[in-house]
Amino acid sequence: MIEIEGLTKYYGERKAVGPISFSIKKGEIVGLLGLNGAGKTTTLRILACDLLPSAGSVRVDGLDVVDHPDQVRARVGYLPDHPPLYDEMTVREYLVFAGRLRGLSLDEAERRLPDVIDAIQLQGVADDVISTLSHGFRQRVGIAQAIVHKPDLLVLDEPISGLDPVQIVEMRELVRGLREHHTTLISSHILHEISETCDRILVIRDGEIVASGTEADLSTRFLEESRIVLTARGKVADAQRLLLAIKGVHRVDVVDPAADGPEVATYQIEAQRDVREEICRSLVLANIGVLEIARSEKELESIFLRLARPTKGSA
Amino acid sequence: MRNALLITQRELRAYARSPLGWTVAAAMLLFDGVLFQWFAMAGAKLSAQVLSDFFYYMSGVTMIGTIVLSMRLIAQEREKGTLVLINTAPIRDRDIVLGKFLALFVFVFVVTALTAYMPALVFVNGRVSIGHILVGYAGILLLAAASSAIGLLGSAFARTQVIAAVVGALILGVMLTLWAGAKVADPPVNTFLLALALHHERQKAFGSGILRLENVVYYVAVTYFFLLAATKTLEARRWR
Repeated sequence: MIEIEGLTKYYGERKAVGPISFSIKKGEIVGLLGLNGAGKTTTLRILACDLLPSAGSVRVDGLDVVDHPDQVRARVGYLPDHPPLYDEMTVREYLVFAGRLRGLSLDEAERRLPDVIDAIQLQGVADDVISTLSHGFRQRVGIAQAIVHKPDLLVLDEPISGLDPVQIVEMRELVRGLREHHTTLISSHILHEISETCDRILVIRDGEIVASGTEADLSTRFLEESRIVLTARGKVADAQRLLLAIKGVHRVDVVDPAADGPEVATYQIEAQRDVREEICRSLVLANIGVLEIARSEKELESIFLRLARPTKGSA
Repeated sequence: MRNALLITQRELRAYARSPLGWTVAAAMLLFDGVLFQWFAMAGAKLSAQVLSDFFYYMSGVTMIGTIVLSMRLIAQEREKGTLVLINTAPIRDRDIVLGKFLALFVFVFVVTALTAYMPALVFVNGRVSIGHILVGYAGILLLAAASSAIGLLGSAFARTQVIAAVVGALILGVMLTLWAGAKVADPPVNTFLLALALHHERQKAFGSGILRLENVVYYVAVTYFFLLAATKTLEARRWR
């Protein structure tokens, strides 16, 4: 679906991106993760044919963005970091306009509208003037304009930026729901969000891709030790003994005894590798109930900081 | 052309729903009325002279109004971040420029048409020909087209609406004052400058009811030149 080879972009003499190479298969949801200024937006703008690359090749569905920009534009739905909304239009008018701008006839755009409004859950505001919408709804309308012409590729630049926690959860569900019809590339600087939504993560630093893979791949490759948070029901002493007996586990701390009732405790486990499967197996066999097990969020942060923090001497 | 008309439609809707559109339209009509009543109708004059003066004053109001209305066309989209919607759509730059130009021209056309009661009063109470009125309006509309194209270039060039208005006004100012330069220049430069001047003798001819093909061709050429310049400016900024 997307093939990028040696993509480089200069702003004047300053290199913003590259050289980077990666590919994305049809139907994948891929996250482009990096700190502000890492080159995420520039990469996405090139894919959306808003910026011309300085060097390298970018192909969407086999079409080069430089040689066939209009054909690529018709295949791409793009949400920039600030949704491009006309405040004086109603949501319905705006979406019809966006659809027609991308080649749909008036009839096609109007026929497509109910599906888009349903998919993005805009039923309640479809006839509202855009200037009256909340930030969350503006973001949704931004996504709606990106999908209104049924593009094969969806490019979303920081879609959760500025949303409150409830809106973030809704947006996550919404993006996941788009998987059926679109290949999606999302940028963010929040690892947790990317890992929740995407099949694969590309970490970009100083304009270059420094790591690629699933969250588990990245953990395995880049963490020297794994931190796991476990909530279990059973005798604390028995649980601790069983946990320490697992190969690779070198520390178990009880961080929140009797968290949710008698004999329920939360443990923080440090191990040389990801031992979540062994922990579950061992505890269940010993008749200790596993209520919750997850990698520590600090672990995700640690991977992110290690990969995305600019190298010394970089801008 | 389909895409250009789509953009025209949206821009016209934006004018109709924005305070800028209504305010400028109202101001243009007010000034046209005031200038007609206080200056064109002042003193004892022949009806044809009243009509000529009316078109003369109206041409100034039209130029200023057009420049103010044009500043938002592209610069506002750039300021608000909406230009990216158009830039990432499969639309040619010339369609974007043409669509925006047509919207502005249609809007100014409607405002101009609303002044028709003034020459109608002269027609009913005095002795002027319909041909004189039609030629006068043709001159105003051709001037509006040229001013719109100049304003559009300013808007394509600038990052903000204020700068767009300043750039448009500067270009227009230079085009207007070329006749003054012609007065102090020696031949053949003075002839050349006079031929390029936007207003002066050309609008006087239209205002007097004299339709000259060279004047029509001049305004069409100026409009085309500045629309082309706006297209090239947008092209250079859109995809780099």
